[in-house]
Amino acid sequence: MSERHISVSHLFIQTFKRDLVLAFRRKSELINPLIFFLIVVTLFPIGVSPEPLFLAELAPGLLWVAALLATLLSMESLFKADFEDGSLEQLLLSPQPLFMVVLAKVLAHWLMSGLALTIVAPILAVMLFLPFEGMPGLMLSLLLGTPTLSLIGAIGAALTVGLRRGGVLISLLVLPLYIPVLIFGSSAVQAAITGLPLGGYFALLGALLALALALAPLATGAALRISVSG
Amino acid sequence: MSTELLSAKSLFCERDDRVLFENLDLSLQTGEILQIEGRNGSGKTTLLRILSGLSSHFEGELFWCGEPLGEVKEAFLEEIVYIGHLPGVSSQLTAEENLRWQCALQPSLDPKKITSVIGQVGLRGFEDVPAYQLSAGQKRRIALARLYMSSAKLWILDEPFTAIDKVGVAAKEALMLKHLSRGGSVILTTHQDLSQQMPVRTLSLGRSPMEMSYE
Repeated sequence: MSERHISVSHLFIQTFKRDLVLAFRRKSELINPLIFFLIVVTLFPIGVSPEPLFLAELAPGLLWVAALLATLLSMESLFKADFEDGSLEQLLLSPQPLFMVVLAKVLAHWLMSGLALTIVAPILAVMLFLPFEGMPGLMLSLLLGTPTLSLIGAIGAALTVGLRRGGVLISLLVLPLYIPVLIFGSSAVQAAITGLPLGGYFALLGALLALALALAPLATGAALRISVSG
Repeated sequence: MSTELLSAKSLFCERDDRVLFENLDLSLQTGEILQIEGRNGSGKTTLLRILSGLSSHFEGELFWCGEPLGEVKEAFLEEIVYIGHLPGVSSQLTAEENLRWQCALQPSLDPKKITSVIGQVGLRGFEDVPAYQLSAGQKRRIALARLYMSSAKLWILDEPFTAIDKVGVAAKEALMLKHLSRGGSVILTTHQDLSQQMPVRTLSLGRSPMEMSYE
């Protein structure tokens, strides 16, 4: 039994390491979400208004929407390469629990997208004149919210991996499920700016994350089986 | 001494409104090779995907060691190696990195053998080269390297010799004979003739069920 346990955690670590190595070798996929995030946030003041007060008011929502879309854009590549080279078939033929493999892949993907976005966000927030009081709220809400986005996005990526142009379909499938995260995330930043208590928002974001952590890998696994069996 | 390893009863599969096979019964004993023949598009790959449990687009029943496959899925997956026409080799990773991950996926593969196996399949000197820089045959060799490390009972191989040179094919045939002598069995599709000494049974998939026959 314990040997079994070791081999499952070994698989988790191996998959995690493999996906990180792959991400670093395909640099464009690594940088794409960050570039997108940066472009949206820099173009917005140019396109709308460079007025500091106006931008400060928009900043929480804008940063959150940009982060959400950047994550969404990066989701398509999660299983694509594995599907195309047959690694996904091997993965599904493993007697090991699919749950752990999916979790490892999503975790590696989140480190490259969600966590990276969270780290860059304060710099971009300064560009948008977000008041300093809002920073902790922004960082923490992104830290709690983006893993949920990655976990939910993985379901959409798994469902559409067999399709030639699945990108648009992922957005349609997944966006409705992203809305609660967006609402609570940007509200948390707004509350932080106005000095309201943040506990409630973080509790809700945490609850969403816990729910996604427990259920999304199961749904992703089932979706992968359907996509590969087709 | 041979016992039944895998069997299928009245398999039916259609694809795009075309019946690939119906009422197909097959059984595989330990120590034998079942070669599935048929023209292009006759459903060989589909059948292999069904037998390996990858595809569920079929009707009929599968049995592993006499038990319904659905009930012993985990035991079944521990005892098979499936090499499909997609080799399952990530082109950004080196041979060793690919094999290491495969070993983590499949407990029946022995990670201690990785270094020696890379030599056995003729990739010594290419250990640090990402697979996209290798030739098609070399890539396939990485996939086939799994067979050298495996202690699984059943090998399901879809066109394993594509892009493999003659020496390589002979080596794989010798490996298969060794596998059979250990009580393993092989299901494969290939358009190449296997050497005479192999205990091969063939199953032909025809376009119509009338043409389907055992030899």
